Amino acid sequence: MKKEKFNILTDSCIPLPLENIDTDQIVPARFLKATTREGFGDFLFRDWRFDKEGNKIESFVMNNPKYSGRILVAGKNFGCGSSREHAAWAIADYGFRVVVSSFFADIHKNNELNNFVLPVVVSEEFLKELFASIEQNPATQVTVDLPQQTITNNATGKSEQFEINGYKKHCLMNGLDDIDFLLSNKDKIEAWEAKNN
Amino acid sequence: MNTLFDKIWDAHVVQKVEDGPTQLYIDRLYCHEVTSPQAFDELRSRGIGCLRPDKIFCMPDHNIPTKNQDKPIEDEVSRKQVDALTKNAAQFGLSYWGMKHPNNGIIHVVGPEQGLTLPGMTIVCGDSHTSTHGAMGAIAFGIGTSEVGMVMASQCILQQKPKAMRISVEGKLGKGVTAKDVALYIMSQMTTSGATGYFVEYAGEAIRSLSMESRLTLCNLSIEMGARGGMVAPDEVTFEYIKGRPYAPKGEEWEKAVAYWRTLKSDTDAVFDKEYTFRAEDIEPRITYGTNPGMGIGITESIPTADTIDEAGRASFLKSLDYMGFTAGEKLTGHHIDYVFVGSCTNGRIEDFRAFAQIVKGRKKADNVTAWIVPGSWSVARQIEAEGIDKVLAEAGFEIREPGCSACLAMNEDKVPAGKYCVSTSNRNFEGRQGPGSHTILASPYVAAAAAVTGVITDPRELL
Repeated sequence: MKKEKFNILTDSCIPLPLENIDTDQIVPARFLKATTREGFGDFLFRDWRFDKEGNKIESFVMNNPKYSGRILVAGKNFGCGSSREHAAWAIADYGFRVVVSSFFADIHKNNELNNFVLPVVVSEEFLKELFASIEQNPATQVTVDLPQQTITNNATGKSEQFEINGYKKHCLMNGLDDIDFLLSNKDKIEAWEAKNN
Repeated sequence: MNTLFDKIWDAHVVQKVEDGPTQLYIDRLYCHEVTSPQAFDELRSRGIGCLRPDKIFCMPDHNIPTKNQDKPIEDEVSRKQVDALTKNAAQFGLSYWGMKHPNNGIIHVVGPEQGLTLPGMTIVCGDSHTSTHGAMGAIAFGIGTSEVGMVMASQCILQQKPKAMRISVEGKLGKGVTAKDVALYIMSQMTTSGATGYFVEYAGEAIRSLSMESRLTLCNLSIEMGARGGMVAPDEVTFEYIKGRPYAPKGEEWEKAVAYWRTLKSDTDAVFDKEYTFRAEDIEPRITYGTNPGMGIGITESIPTADTIDEAGRASFLKSLDYMGFTAGEKLTGHHIDYVFVGSCTNGRIEDFRAFAQIVKGRKKADNVTAWIVPGSWSVARQIEAEGIDKVLAEAGFEIREPGCSACLAMNEDKVPAGKYCVSTSNRNFEGRQGPGSHTILASPYVAAAAAVTGVITDPRELL
């Protein structure tokens, strides 16, 4: 896995203004049989992007050349359903660095963070306005500033603070993961075991 | 003034990371073949082993066919994934119950029935339906593969402590109403994200009256309203279920364990961040009409009309009906169906097959219906035979298959073809969940049985 450090990103967006997008849509189960993490970008939203014969479905936003960018913007409750991390691998492998929504499912949110994709929770108003900006101008740029914990819709200038705990922020900004942290705390694990067994 | 959840959580805290998550000790890690290979690779790339191999139990379930398990898996990619788990378990020194092993089955059916899942434990698995095990009075939740690697390496996980929710169901459940209907009802009231960020404790008279199998069904579906997990305080029903199971404590250890388990309940003055109370009498047998499990109705009700759906959700609602081929405002009783699936980690336990048999006994499978009747484990399969349920089903024209996840998620041979309608006792009706283009109607084993013998969506109370 690439532990790509995150700082400030300004880019255009791909909008998916639907609620409750589940991880079965992000990656259908038939693509979960791989035993490595690579190449899942091809399967991202597979059944919305391609028909049964493998032809592109032109009406789907990711197949529309007007839309591009490393920021995915989705409706409320993004990533619900199955815990499959393959969904986060697909999002990362396709090239997204940020997913913006007004609400994320818990497991998927953790999976994104563990793959150095930043989930940004915004208010319903911010999301609605951002969808409107993108609809008006597909090249609308958004700036995500992790050190300041702000997201800005550059079309309207509207800016919001977003939450992330200090530990995870440090991990993302420095390319560190949780296993690194846990392995460095082995003494605490053994102390807990000694006390409880 | 602690909740049941607080008590178990607090007992497992290794440390609270400054301005960050909690490092929580994990008693059991369950691994299946789909979400573990990359975690084992992670350990290999770091040149480390599993810190506590005796706390990790592995078994394949998602990919295995439900016929001819004595032969190698035909699908090459599925076979490779299962083989990878076999090899990884051997290399890392972990317990492994492969295909055809007498203990094999769906991991969330096997854990409780083997006595591996016990009250007071912390349990994780790379599978969202890990919430099932909470029914035994444990903290159990699904995790991603990176987190599986974390637990393998350190027997710990880093997690934010979720908020506490209590859902009480008071009163008595009516005829033909099961734990599945209770869960589908709660979900429709809460929506698929209504409990996100929370850990749920189920309480109230209707919950207390549920059997262990039914509690497992209820907790299994907690994730479908977004909850991190769901749990039921352990009681005599729990202890009776666990006693004598292969991995349950024995003799003096048993007495000690039960004494501790009796302390595992929320204090009377415990404070929950959110509380909901529902009435059992309001719940009838249920079905889903849409493409998420929260989109459900009572079997005698009509699909909502678009004007009752809020604006932000309307596009998803209409997309969903369009996919399912249903119309807003329509009633679904009498609608034709093509497939029936009984099984999965939701409804693959002995009680579910008893319920199915109760309705099909003396009746015949409808000619237009293909039925997949799939026990959740070999142990359940043996019990089905011991009780003669297999004979009742055979007389009605149903065949029992071999255990596995089967038609729940289209990773093995059991897939519902595009455009076909399946009444399914599984947990998800997402687009394409049971196969590309498949139409899933979630329901209880009773509703599945009524559909299987009539060929259309039918209120099971008419046949009970």
